[in-house]
Parts: sequence; C-alpha cells; structure tokens
Amino acid sequence: MQGTIQWRRALCRVAQQLPCILLAALLSPAAHAGPTLTVAAFPAVDEIVRAAMPEWKKIHPDVEIKVVSRQIVDHHSAMTTALSTSSHLPDVMTLEVGYLGRFAQGGGLEDLGAPQYGMHNYQALYVPYAIAQATSKNGAISAAPSDIGPGTLLYRTDLLARSGVTEAELNASWDSFVDAGIKIKQATGAYLVSHVQDIKEIVIRTGVRPGEGLYFDAQSHVLVKSPRFVRAFQLAKKVRQYKLDARSTQWSTEWSESFKRGTLATQMSGAWLAGHLENWLAPNTAGLWRATQLPEHGWAGFGGTFFAIPKGIPAQQKQLAWELIKFLTQNPKMQLAAFKDQNAFPALLSTYNDPFFDQPIAFLGGQQARLIWREAAGHIQAVAVHKQDKFAEEVVNTELDKVLDQGKDINAALDDAYRLLEKRALR
Amino acid sequence: MKSTRLRIPMRAAPYVFLLPFLGLFFIFGLFPMLFSLFLSFQSWEPTAGLGSMQYVGWSNFTFAMSDEWFWKSFKNTLWLTLASGIPQHLLAIPLACFIHTAFVRLRNLAVGVYFVPYITSTVAIAIMFGSLFSTDYGLINQGLQQLAKLPLIGAIFPQQNIDWINNPDHLKPVIAMIVFWRYVGFNIVLYLAALQTIPEDIYEAATMDGASRLQQFFHITLPSLRPMIYFGVTLTLIGGLQLFEEPFILTNGNGGSDQAGMTSAIYLYRMAFDFNDFGAASAMSWILFVIIAALTYLTNRAFRERSNVKEAD
Repeated sequence: MQGTIQWRRALCRVAQQLPCILLAALLSPAAHAGPTLTVAAFPAVDEIVRAAMPEWKKIHPDVEIKVVSRQIVDHHSAMTTALSTSSHLPDVMTLEVGYLGRFAQGGGLEDLGAPQYGMHNYQALYVPYAIAQATSKNGAISAAPSDIGPGTLLYRTDLLARSGVTEAELNASWDSFVDAGIKIKQATGAYLVSHVQDIKEIVIRTGVRPGEGLYFDAQSHVLVKSPRFVRAFQLAKKVRQYKLDARSTQWSTEWSESFKRGTLATQMSGAWLAGHLENWLAPNTAGLWRATQLPEHGWAGFGGTFFAIPKGIPAQQKQLAWELIKFLTQNPKMQLAAFKDQNAFPALLSTYNDPFFDQPIAFLGGQQARLIWREAAGHIQAVAVHKQDKFAEEVVNTELDKVLDQGKDINAALDDAYRLLEKRALR
Repeated sequence: MKSTRLRIPMRAAPYVFLLPFLGLFFIFGLFPMLFSLFLSFQSWEPTAGLGSMQYVGWSNFTFAMSDEWFWKSFKNTLWLTLASGIPQHLLAIPLACFIHTAFVRLRNLAVGVYFVPYITSTVAIAIMFGSLFSTDYGLINQGLQQLAKLPLIGAIFPQQNIDWINNPDHLKPVIAMIVFWRYVGFNIVLYLAALQTIPEDIYEAATMDGASRLQQFFHITLPSLRPMIYFGVTLTLIGGLQLFEEPFILTNGNGGSDQAGMTSAIYLYRMAFDFNDFGAASAMSWILFVIIAALTYLTNRAFRERSNVKEAD
C-alpha cells in the first residue's frame, strides 16, 4: 500500500513537470541554432542543396538549412496541399517547370520582381527562356531558375555507321529523319525512336506564335486543329507505319533495356540524359553515343528546376530564403558544382564561358557536347502556359493513339480533341 | 480523497473511452467527407489558398454528368468490377468446398497460400505483374514465344509479342486478372467460414436419401451459403467500384493508353491532383457514392427477396 502511494506521488510529480520538460525540449534546439531555412525539394535538387551547405555556412554561419525531400510527384502534391492550407510551408519551394505555370497562376508565391527582391535587376543573369517561363502574364516573376534541360538528339554512331546514315541526314528535316530511320531499321533492326509521342512533342512546339501556348491561345481558344498538330500527327503516323518506334514509354523496363541492348538508335531528350546513360541506364555503351541538334532545329526544353518563396511564410524568413535562392542560382561556383555532380545544366549565363563547357565528354566519344547544349539553350522559346495544359496533353495523346492503333482519321481525331478541350478551356 | 477526484464519473466513462475513436473519426472520416461535399459546390484553385474558393452552385455536378471521360472511366470501372468480380465468386465457392472436404490437416496451409496475394503490398503486386507482362522482356510473352515454337499446337499461340500494358484492348483483361488473383483468396476464406457453419447432419441425411455430391452442393451448400454470397458480392461490388491501386500503379498513374485502365477513382484523383479541378473531382466522388449506394441497395434487394420467398415457403 505504501509502495502504491509512493508510486502514485512520483507519477503526479512527473505529470506536473511534464509541460515544462516538453517546452524545454521544444525550445532548446531553437535557442542554440538561430534561424533555420526549410527547403522542400525532389531528387536530385535535394542533393544539390545539401552539397551547397558548406559554402553557404561560410557566408551565413548562423543559418541552418533543412532539406525536406520527396519524390517529384509527391513533392508537388505536398506543395499544393501546403499552399492550399497555408500550413507546413517551406521557406524555399523547388518547382519543376511542368508545375511552375500552375503554381504561379495560383498566386500563392512571392513576386520576386517586387522591390524587396529586385529580380528585375538580376534577370539578365539567367538564360532568357527560363525567365520567360517564370514570368506570368501580369509581369510577376514567381521563381528563379536553377537548372534547365536544353533538348538535343542523342544517337548511336555504331548503328548509323552500319546503316550508312550520316548525322546530317538525321537532323536536316523531319522527313530526312524518318527516312534515316527506315534505313537504320532495315540495316540493323533498331528502332529510330522510343515512342512516336517524342516526335509529336517537338513538332507541336515548332511554330508557336508569340503569346500563344501549346494548346490554347491567350483567350483560351483551342489550337489543336492548327497545322503544327496536323503535321505532328502525320509524321507520327508515318513513323508508326514503318514500325520505327519501340512503343516504349520513358523510364519503362523496355525503354532502359533498349539502351543497354542497342535496339534504339536515337533519343530526343534534355542534356541530362547523357549523365543517366553513363551512370546507370547503359554504361556499357560508353563512346557509342553522340549529341546533335534536334531535326529542323526544333529547339525544345526538357525539364528545368526553379526556386520560389511562398507568400505564407514570415517576412524575416522570406529575405533569408531569397538570399539562399540567390546563392544557389546566381553563384557560378554552385551552379557549376551542380552541373558537374548532378548533370543539372546551369540556368546562369555567366557559367557558360567556363572551361568545363569545352571539355570533351568521354561517354560521348570525346565530343564537346556541352557546347551543343549551350547553343540549344540560347534558342529555346518559352511558351505560355494554360491551366488545362496537362489535360490537353492527355487528350491529344489519346487521339494520337487512336490514329496510330485504330486507324482513325487525323482530322477527325483533332476535331474530337478540339471538342473535348473547348468544353474545358474556361473551367 | 485524491483518488476519488481522479476517477471518471460512471456516466461519462463510455464517452471518454470512445473519445480516441471519435476524435479520429471526426478528423479523418467525417470532416473530409463534409469538406468534399462543401468543395463540390465550389470552384477552387488550391495553390491560391482556402480563401480563393467561389460558390458555383450545381455547376460541378452538371459538368461531371456531361463529362465524357467521367462516363468512360465509369464504364471501365463497371467492366473491371464484373470481369474480376464474377470469376472470383464462381471459383471461390467450389474451391472453398473442395478445400473444406479434401483437406483436413493442411487446410490452413492451403487457405494461407490463396490468402497471400490479399495481404501482399499492392505496389509489389503491380510491379511484379508489370514486369511479367512487359512486352519484349516479360515472362508471359517469353513463355508464349516458346509455346508458339512447338510443333502442331504452336500455331494457336501468337507469333508476335503481345503489348499487354499499352494496348487498350489487352490492358483491361490484365487488370481484371490481377484483381481476380488478388481477391479470390479472401473470398475463399469467407466461404470456408460459412461452410463450417453448415451442420454435418444435413449432408448425412441427404446421403442416406441417396442425394449425389452434386445434388448436395446445389440443394444444401449453395442455399446455405446465400447470406455469405450476399456479403461477399457486396464487398466485391463496393471494392470493384472503388478500384484504384492496381490499375494506378500498372499504368504509371495515368490510366493507360486510351484511358483503358482509368477507373472512376483514378479519374477523380487525377481531376483533383493532375488537372487541378478539386470542385469537379468532389462532385464526381459524390455521384460515384450515389451510384455505389444504389447498386448496393439493388444487390441487397436481389438477395433479400429470394431469401424472403424461401422463408415464406
């Protein structure tokens, strides 16, 4: 009985002191560490930020950086939720270019063009199209570009040599590209492209008028019946007719195997693909690949990363977040380190004259491919984004599938896509 | 004195004990449902914050009812529910009877083997089937290729690799097969439990009356299983109409070519998180709820009526 009473007393004492203990535990790290910046990121941006920490600490020894990393889709879903509820917002929000327009239109991000940030004074430092991608119709700059994905065509020299096809034949025009594919298929059995949709994606980006988006114009008129879509569908049909595409989607088992086994002659992609091929996709094909510009100079970007500041965070954090963004995107040393370590092609123009660009790339047979990517980066034009772009992309892909698999007439397919998109355009 | 102060009054005790459940239920059960109902009457750009909601009346519902893709995804869902659900029960009932009569010592092991897919992670299942059905390097196509090389019977097998996942005509049967494979074990367990409640003496009497095994199955086993069939079919119906994980992972979250594998649940998820239309997605989820409730009611009536007739007889 005596023991029970003592035990109860001890419990009561702990219960009385518990709030104090918890409070002390919560406050103690903050008291020692000073301000902390939270960066929400996805691979490999998380690694880039972590790698930049030692240099950052030299300038801001009292500011800790906490990186919260998620897979790319989960990250953007989490950021949508955070912005919608204004809770658990990071101080620096990483955004992939495909999501940037949607987030910028929502209005939950700081305008970096505002006087306290002064992005207008810095925008000439970045590759122009990346700044255009981050700028909305009303002139607000929602994010600062960190890396870009200038698109080029990677091709297998051994397969071309066996087929008697030259690089010039590959990229002179889309027609010569397809003709080259027929020769390659006949001589080697290899596919020209992984999927016809790759070709369609580039062709619909060629000839976009200023101010227009891919699928909608500024007044939300649907553009899918325009000649660029007709041509894209016609080319895709021809490629499928000659069985020149492997019908494998990116990152699928078939796709990665086709690199390893040499059954794919070319791949249109961002500069980063060479790094993936070298590191894990097909290291056994070292020396066999080369890069060249896309057919008919169809300049296109494949991905890109931006940093933004949410409106809902405390004012003092915003200024620190801006300091970190400037450090990551305007410091040539950081940009080049990310390029060297993670194949993140810099958005910062001052890095473009670094000797690193002239260095030959062993995996690409000693080619100075970075110069080709740099040239592409200078020509890419930003296209206006629309809220329904993602839905439109899917509708167009579905209709393309129907043309290719079910023999649907191209005009009828584009008419159907038009009808569906018209209904959504103003939602 | 102190100990009496700490005591919970008898009247309040049940509510205090229920509090953890009620708390969780209100936060994760009731609130999201009511919020989605509220959202179905709003137009909302989520990245602009909660304050950006605008009341739009029934327009999300009228949009959903006239949306081609909503009905397309619903047809897919219905097809998959029937194609995966009916064979589940048609196979589970005789298989449960077989296990019930043929296995004595190893019964639990046999049931366990059939039950394993049900408790396996959906992600692991979808990835495994994704590689099995891979066009060029999948085991299924490799096996078919080997069979096609056989003399005499080789001609009945396809001579070229089948694009299981990317061809809309093949994708649906593949998904139905995976769902069937996954849930058949669960139904076997249900029916096995029901079979164990049927008194042995009915079978003994029937045997003495000269009833064959087949007659016993149709006149004793099947009628006795009816309440469990009703329960199993209802679960299959509700689960089928909410099908999400298997097709989602198998088609990389987009429903596959021509949206052949896009179920209603995937579509309304995509409406919200891919196409950024939370209002329409919420409206669709409520329309789906009404349809599921109606179909469950009809299933209930179909089974109840028969049993009432039986009881009246």
